Amino acid sequence: MRVQKKTVVLDVRHLRTEFGTQERPLVAVDDVSFQVAEGEILGLVGESGSGKSITLRSILGIIRPRGRVAGEILWNGQDLVPLDEARLRRIRGREIAMIFQEPMSSLNPLLTVGLQISENLVAHTDLDARARKARAIELLDLVGIPAARSRLDDFPHEFSGGMRQRVMIAIALASNPKLLLADEPTTALDVTIQDQILRLIQSLSRDLGMAVILVTHDMGVVAETCDRVAVMYGGRLCEIGTTTEVIADARHPYSLGLLRSIPRDVAPRTPLYSIPGAPPALNALPPGCAFSARCPVAGGDCADVRPRLQGAGALRQVACHHLQDALAHFGPREAAQ
Amino acid sequence: MPSLSYLVARLLQIIPTFLLVMIFIFLLVRLLPGDPAIAMAEAKATDAQLEQIRHNLGLDQPLPVQFLVFVKNTLTGDLGRSIMLKAPVTEIILDRLPTTIFLALYSIVLAVFLAGPLAFLAASRVNSSVDVAIRGVFQVGLSMPVFYIGLLLLTVLAAQLRWFPVGGYGKTFLANLYHLILPALSVALYTSAIILRNLRASLIEVLDADYVQFARAKGLSPRIIMTRHVLRNAMVSTVTLLGLSIGNLMSGTLVTETVFAIPGVGRLMLEAIFARDYPLIQGLTLTFAVLVSVVFLLTDVVQSWLDPRLRQS
Amino acid sequence: MTVLTQSHARTRGRLQTFLVRAFTRPSFVVGIAILGLSLALALFPQVFAPYDPLAFDLQAIQQGPSLAHPFGSDNFGRDVLSRVIWAYRVDMQMAFFATIFALLIGLAVGAFVGYYGGIADAIFGRCVDAIITFPFLVLVIAIVAVLGPGLINMYVAITAVNWVYYARLTRAEIMAQKANDYAAAGRVLGYSDRRIIFRHLLPNAISPILVYWMTDMALAILLGSSLGYLGLGAQPPAAEWGVLIAEGRNFLLTAWWMSLMPGIAIVLTGLGFSLVGDALADLLRPKGR
Repeated sequence: MRVQKKTVVLDVRHLRTEFGTQERPLVAVDDVSFQVAEGEILGLVGESGSGKSITLRSILGIIRPRGRVAGEILWNGQDLVPLDEARLRRIRGREIAMIFQEPMSSLNPLLTVGLQISENLVAHTDLDARARKARAIELLDLVGIPAARSRLDDFPHEFSGGMRQRVMIAIALASNPKLLLADEPTTALDVTIQDQILRLIQSLSRDLGMAVILVTHDMGVVAETCDRVAVMYGGRLCEIGTTTEVIADARHPYSLGLLRSIPRDVAPRTPLYSIPGAPPALNALPPGCAFSARCPVAGGDCADVRPRLQGAGALRQVACHHLQDALAHFGPREAAQ
Repeated sequence: MPSLSYLVARLLQIIPTFLLVMIFIFLLVRLLPGDPAIAMAEAKATDAQLEQIRHNLGLDQPLPVQFLVFVKNTLTGDLGRSIMLKAPVTEIILDRLPTTIFLALYSIVLAVFLAGPLAFLAASRVNSSVDVAIRGVFQVGLSMPVFYIGLLLLTVLAAQLRWFPVGGYGKTFLANLYHLILPALSVALYTSAIILRNLRASLIEVLDADYVQFARAKGLSPRIIMTRHVLRNAMVSTVTLLGLSIGNLMSGTLVTETVFAIPGVGRLMLEAIFARDYPLIQGLTLTFAVLVSVVFLLTDVVQSWLDPRLRQS
Repeated sequence: MTVLTQSHARTRGRLQTFLVRAFTRPSFVVGIAILGLSLALALFPQVFAPYDPLAFDLQAIQQGPSLAHPFGSDNFGRDVLSRVIWAYRVDMQMAFFATIFALLIGLAVGAFVGYYGGIADAIFGRCVDAIITFPFLVLVIAIVAVLGPGLINMYVAITAVNWVYYARLTRAEIMAQKANDYAAAGRVLGYSDRRIIFRHLLPNAISPILVYWMTDMALAILLGSSLGYLGLGAQPPAAEWGVLIAEGRNFLLTAWWMSLMPGIAIVLTGLGFSLVGDALADLLRPKGR
C-alpha cells in the first residue's frame, strides 16, 4: 500500500491517560497504540466517552495538570510525554495543531479573527506585523473564506458556523503544522457544510503533506475522508486497519455494530440497527474486554480476560476473543438485509 | 469602540427613565410632612408673610405646574435654597460631591485590588483549602454591615494602634488618600466580597472554556493566555457587576461618611432628612440618581468596548 | 402528557433525596444550625436571656465581660448578652417582614408582566429602570423621612423599593418558563391563564426566587440594622443590633463590648442565611455544569 512507504511521523505507544486520585484513578485512555504517517488521514472512531478526544488532547499535553499521561508519544522520534510545558509549547501550534468540535465556542468571542490568527504567528514565527497580516489573508484565502482581506477585522460572531470552522482551520494552519488533530470538526455543522469542511481537510492534507488524525463518531465521515481508521471503545482500541478493509470487512463486534447502524443499501422503512445498551462509565469498566457487556457474541471469559490487538491480515489488528462468532453473528443478517 | 449611534441611542434611553425619576422625587418631597413655608420662615412670621413665601416657592400653583417648574429649574441647575444651610442647594452639593466621588472611586480601587488576586488564587485551585479559606473570609465579609466594619477599623486601627486618623479629611490628594483609607476600606471590604464571588465563578468558567483550550493548543505563552484570553473574558461580567453595584456603593459611602464624619453628600443627606430640609433632600436624591445613571452609562460603554457582540443595536 | 406532568412532578421521593443531598453539605448544615438557634432565641428570648434587657443596674455600669455578664454590661448597667438575645426578636422579624411583602408583591407583578407582556411590561420596565437609578439606601431613607422613623415605617419603605427586585427576577423566570413546550401545551389544551401561571409556570420558576429570598433576608438584616444605627429604624430603648451598636459608639475605647457583641450576632445570622441560600442555589441549579 501507498501508506506503508511514507515515513511515520507520530508513533503512540501504550498511551494511558487517567484522571482523579492516584488510588482510584479514572482511566480514560488505556494502552492505546497507533501510528500516523506523513500525509495520512487516520480516523479515530467511537461513541462519546470512548476516550478519542482525550487521546488527542493527551498528544498535545493539554489535559495537564488535571490528567496524567503515561506511555510514549513519539513525535518524529522524540517522546512528548516527559517534555515540560515550555518545550511542549514549541511543538503545540507549530508542528502539531488542533481544531475543536464547537466552532462557536472555540474562537475567543472578544478578539478579531485577524488577531487570533496573528497571535499564532507571533508565537511561532519571526514575521513582522505586515508579513503576519499578509499571511493571515493568505490563510483565510486557503481555507476558502471569500473576501479574506476585508474580514480580518471581523469578530467570530460575524461568521456563520461553517465559516467559523474554516477560520479555526486557518488558525491551526498558521505555522504549517505537520500534523493536524481534528476533534469532531464537523459534528456541529449542517450536513452540506460538513462535506465542504471534510473535503477542505482532505485537500489540505494532500497539498501540504500534512498528517491528520480525525476524531469522529460517524463511520460515514471516516469512509469519506480517512486512509486508515482506528475504532475505540471504553478507552481502548478494538480494531485498526485501512478504511476500505474495515468498512468492507469489519471483524470486531463493536465495529460491526457501528457499521450496521449506518443505513446502506437497505429497503425503505427498515428499522435502523442500534447497538443495545449504553457505553460504560469510566469507573465501571470490566477488567476484560470493555465491550463485553453489550457484545452479542461475548463468552464467559470476555469480561475477565483482556483481548489483545492481534494481526488479522497484513495491515489490520483486532482485539477480540471471538472473531469467528462475530462474523457468524453479523454475517448472515448482513446478507439477509 | 462602540459606534456613535449606539451611544446616542443609549443616551436617548435615559430620558424617559429620568422623567420618572423626577416624578418620584417630586412626589416624594410633596409628601414630606410639615409645611416648608413654616420651616423657612422666621418664628414670628405673619400669615401674610407665609403666604408670600408659598408664592415665592410656587407652592400655590397646581401640582402639574409645580412639576414643570421643578423640571425647568433643575435643567437650568437651580435646585432651590437649603433651609438648613441657607445657601443654594446646587452650590452646597457641588461643594460636597468631590469628597464622595473620591471616596467611592477609592473604595472601588481598593476592592478590585483586594478581590482580584484572591479570586484568581481561588479559581486556579478550586475547592482546595486556599479556595475554601478565601471564600469563607469573604462570606463573613458579606454578612458585615458597613457601619460595623467601619467602627471596628476605627477602634482598632485608628484609636488603639493610631496607624490612621480617626476622621476628617485632608487638603491634598495624598492627604486624602491617607485620611480616607479607613472609610474607603470599610466600603471596599463589602464590595470586594461581591466582586470576589463573581470573578471567581467567571474565572472558573473561562479557564474551562473551549477558546482557552484552543489557545493552549495553539502553543501560546501562559502570560498571553491569561491576559488576552482569560482575564479579558472574565472581566466582562465583573465590569457589569461593578456597574450594577454602584447603588450599593453609594449606600455604603453614605453610611461610612456618617461613621467617620466625612463632609460628603451622604452625610449631608442624613442631616437634611433629620432637619426636614426638603429642597436639599430633593437635590441630593436627584444627585444620587444622576451619579448612578452616569455609572450605568459608563458601564454600558465599557462593556460594549470589551465585548463586540454588544455593539450592534 | 409527559411535558405537562413534568411541571408538578414534585414527589415525596424527590423531596427526600433533595433533603439527603442538602444535609450532607457541611455549609448547609452549619447554616441551618445557625438559623435554628437564631429562631429559638427570637421566639423564646426570656428562656435564654439571663437578665431583663431593660433593667438598669447602677452597681454594674460598663463592666467588661465576666461570668456574671458574659458580654459585659452597658452604660446603664444593662446586661449586653440579654439585650443581644432580645434583639434577635426584632432583627429576625426584620428579616421576615422587610422581605415577605416584597416577595409576594414581586411574585404577583412579575408573573403578570412576564406572562402578558405588552404595555404593562413596558411600563414595568421603565419603573424598574427608574427605581434602580436610586441607591437602595437613599431611596429607603427618603421614604422613611416621609413616613417618620420606626420599625413599621421601615418595613413599608424597604418593601416599596424591594419588590422591584423580586418582580424583575420573577418576570425573567416566568418568561423563560413560558418559552418551554409545556406552557404552549397548556395553552393548546385550553387551560385558563390563571391555571397555567399558578399550576405550571410559577412552581417551575419559584426556586431561584426563593433562593434569592434567603439571601435577601440576610441583606434585610444588614439594611435594618444600618437604619437602626442611623436612627431611622427601630427606636431606643428597644433592643435591636444596629441600635445597640449605636449606643456603644461613644464608648468604643472604654466599653468596646457594647458595640462588638451585637455586631457578632449580625454577622452570624447573616452568615446563616447566606450559607443556606448558597447551598440551596447550588442544589437547585439545573444539572449539566
